[in-house]
Amino acid sequence: MEQLLELQNLEVKFHTLDGVVHAVNGVSYYVNQGETLGIVGESGCGKSVSVLSVMRLIPDPPGKIAGGKILFHGENLLDLEERQMEKIRGSRIGMVFQDPMTSLNPVLTIGKQISEAMVLHQGDSKKVADQKAIELLSLVGIPNPEERYGDYPHQFSGGMRQRVMIAMALSCSPEILIADEPTTALDVTIQAQIIELTKKLRDQLGMAIIWITHDLAVVAELADRVVVMYAGYIVEQADVFRLYENPRHPYTLALLESLPRVDSNRDAERLATIPGFPPDGLNVPPGCPLAPRCGFAVERCLQENPQLHEIEKDHHIACWVDVSTGKEL
Amino acid sequence: MQATADSNILDIPEEIKAKVLTPRQLVWRRFLRHKMAVIGAITLILLILYSFGGVLFFTEEYANYTDTGIRLSPPSWEHPFGTDTVGRDILARTIYGGQISLMIGLLAVVVQVVVGVLIGAIAGYYGGTIDGLLMRFTEAMFNIPQLFLLLVMAKFFGSKINTVELFGREFSGSVIVIIVIIGVTSWMYLARIVRANFLSLKEREFVLAAHTTGSSNVSIIFQHILPNSIAPIVVSATLGVAGAIIAEAYISFLGLGVQPPTATWGNMLEGSYNYIETAPWLWIFPGLLIVLTVLSINFVGDGLRDALDPHAIVEAN
Amino acid sequence: MSRYIIRRLLQAIPLLFIISVILFVLMMNTGDPLATMGGRRATRPEDRERLARQLGLDQPIYKQYFYWLVGNDWTLIDMDGDGVPETPGIRKGILRGDFGNSLVSRGKPASEIIMERLPNTLMLMIPAEIIVIIVSLAVGIYSALRQYSLADNVITAASFIGYSMPIFFIALLSMYIFGVKFKSWGLPYLPTVGMFDPKVGKTPAQVIWHMILPIFAMTVITAAGYSRYVRSQMLEVMGEDYVRTARAKGLPQQLVIRGHVLKNAALPLVTIIGLDVPLLLAGAVVTETIFAWPGMGRLFIDHLSRSDTPVVMGILMLIAIAVVISQLVTDVLYAWLDPRIRYT
Repeated sequence: MEQLLELQNLEVKFHTLDGVVHAVNGVSYYVNQGETLGIVGESGCGKSVSVLSVMRLIPDPPGKIAGGKILFHGENLLDLEERQMEKIRGSRIGMVFQDPMTSLNPVLTIGKQISEAMVLHQGDSKKVADQKAIELLSLVGIPNPEERYGDYPHQFSGGMRQRVMIAMALSCSPEILIADEPTTALDVTIQAQIIELTKKLRDQLGMAIIWITHDLAVVAELADRVVVMYAGYIVEQADVFRLYENPRHPYTLALLESLPRVDSNRDAERLATIPGFPPDGLNVPPGCPLAPRCGFAVERCLQENPQLHEIEKDHHIACWVDVSTGKEL
Repeated sequence: MQATADSNILDIPEEIKAKVLTPRQLVWRRFLRHKMAVIGAITLILLILYSFGGVLFFTEEYANYTDTGIRLSPPSWEHPFGTDTVGRDILARTIYGGQISLMIGLLAVVVQVVVGVLIGAIAGYYGGTIDGLLMRFTEAMFNIPQLFLLLVMAKFFGSKINTVELFGREFSGSVIVIIVIIGVTSWMYLARIVRANFLSLKEREFVLAAHTTGSSNVSIIFQHILPNSIAPIVVSATLGVAGAIIAEAYISFLGLGVQPPTATWGNMLEGSYNYIETAPWLWIFPGLLIVLTVLSINFVGDGLRDALDPHAIVEAN
Repeated sequence: MSRYIIRRLLQAIPLLFIISVILFVLMMNTGDPLATMGGRRATRPEDRERLARQLGLDQPIYKQYFYWLVGNDWTLIDMDGDGVPETPGIRKGILRGDFGNSLVSRGKPASEIIMERLPNTLMLMIPAEIIVIIVSLAVGIYSALRQYSLADNVITAASFIGYSMPIFFIALLSMYIFGVKFKSWGLPYLPTVGMFDPKVGKTPAQVIWHMILPIFAMTVITAAGYSRYVRSQMLEVMGEDYVRTARAKGLPQQLVIRGHVLKNAALPLVTIIGLDVPLLLAGAVVTETIFAWPGMGRLFIDHLSRSDTPVVMGILMLIAIAVVISQLVTDVLYAWLDPRIRYT
């Protein structure tokens, strides 16, 4: 299978008043056709920045893509002219954002916002685009689409708005759908609905999906493969079943530990948390970024930053330590 | 498997810990980043030195000394800013006028802040009918343009107070009247801000906590909530000084403000448009001084606003 | 939406009443109409009493306010001091446009005097307002789209200086440069006094020629301030999430600005325009004085310095009404334009 999208050693920096923040440090991952990749990590780990770079929507200033390649069908998106990039955005790669409240334009009807991309990329006439938009609305589960087509975003609930966003992103049948924490701002029941909707759409339309979240439970439901990020680095990468069966990086372990479980001991102590805070993006110490917080850290961890290496087939980690023994690899 | 093994969390080396600054230091640092604000502050200090330090070079009698023989003479070595319509030295008058203009600006703001904060705090804290009434009143005042109110009040109250002696100088009573009326017609904006602040702050836990420990309403207002609203008050007050100086200049310029012989930058401009062809120095010097002062204050106010507002988006050059 | 309009209307009415009370209280405390009206003659106690009764000053204050508001021509007042009302009053009250007679222009109704001068002021204010809107939109949008560029920095600096200036300074400066200096340099220069050249007569060309400097003085400051506001609104909107969404759909910059940004950024400008009316009025006072333009502003100053209370009050009330109405109109307009309010 051809690799649809591949990031190679992507580096993104932000030049702020207080200094340079290294948001993404040499990150590489890929997505195949029809595949769903989950990217997991804490806030600020660089997961959103990496996908925004794919769309080349990093605000510049203060952000800059400092190195690496982003290959879409083998072509490096970073080499494209802005005009060429505009042709890809919204038509071949669609994106859904986190906050449906602020991500829709309050003074335009949702119908207009959905049909806009179709008119632009497919040359559809207004009538045709409107009709397609109404079909999309019903596809994403909005009742009475013909009436609601002319309504404004504020007349919809949060969950409905997110469905509209999805309709918008899929309007031109893109090959990849990038979803940046689309359910984080919604409550749990709505979250479940959106995930079900996504699965249904994926079955129907067959697009690849990059789904970003900090919630491991969501990833388990949707993803085929998972990438775990921390402080701008990838720390573990594996097929979803492998990851949950046999996590090999201390960070992944900690994330899994912190999930509340139905089958846990009722008298158990508090939820395990990871002590400390992620590193300050401005002052990057040498060594592994997790070292100050890591229970498995050894001397080498403080001095050298481990590279991503394969420990079994299609399962990579970036760590000096073997978590099953506690000893250095 | 445990993520946190029994080995202790390694000590975080000193260099990694982020430097923590006190809020005051943060504000100061942010302020200094604004070059224009700093320039404004320096200019203001220079202007204050000019007006108040100038007394070492000229006496007030000299500033008010009329000599119609040399009236309307252009700038010269003897009179670097020229003379006015009755032969007084303009340079000396700008010095003494500056004192009055700056003083009026500052004191009027004191009045403005007192009235505005009181009304805003009471309205925001007590809410209900008191709030409704006060806000109706505020809105009504808002709807009458300040200049007109000032002119009417200046005209009719201006002569009600007699000359006052302070710091060895004689001030015409109109100065006090003007300070009060400017203050009394410019508090509305501040009242609104303070009220909005109070409305949101009074629901917070620390207020609840103060209630439960039995603090009186007055102490809650002044000791707990008010200190949290300081930022917008400071910014508003700073910009208010500029507004007050301009307001005084407007009414004095129209002849209804501070009366001669007491000079202010504003009343030095009175009637100057009649001599615009023959004696431009009449309006250029006092006018420039006003503009310089107001500009500097606006720069400083802008800088303060950005420095005090943690959510401000600062453009990175 | 219609509920909103009705609610605003209902709010405006008590507001106007409160304003009228404030103005009335102000009027009561200012000056001594007896002295001014009496002039050189009546200072004998009987004359003063008669005058007081005529002006209704012997009544309790709330009655005075009431008569001021609705007049007293529908009731009898006591003119001969015997405690029994017998003469019908002659005042119609301000609600019917009767502000009394001018104390200075010998009994001419105040409203008449004001109406004579009002059109002249409107001739300055209306073009000024239009120019302010156009200029601030153009400059603000241009500046925002070229953020960080040299042009933006220059415009920002100029705007900052511009709106920090008091109006009399701009007026004097423009008078000096375009009126005096241009003349001395042999360039075509602009007139600085009055509405027309008496030697040529009141022709449209003359009037327009004379309008230029006053309108310029009135617009510069406000336009500088508003263009800064438009710019910041544009920048704020451009940083909003929905603009990022528009970009993520592949819309080119032009379409993003035109289709998504402009409408959101320009909307708040509508409310600002409403706030502009009182500023323009105040500006008119100063400008008309400097340029000797025969408008309502100059009328105000003239009659104020001569303690002509009816005319002064009339102008004040007129201004307050204008301000309240303009705010009402802008609020309604804004509600109509913003779908979040219109469709709730």
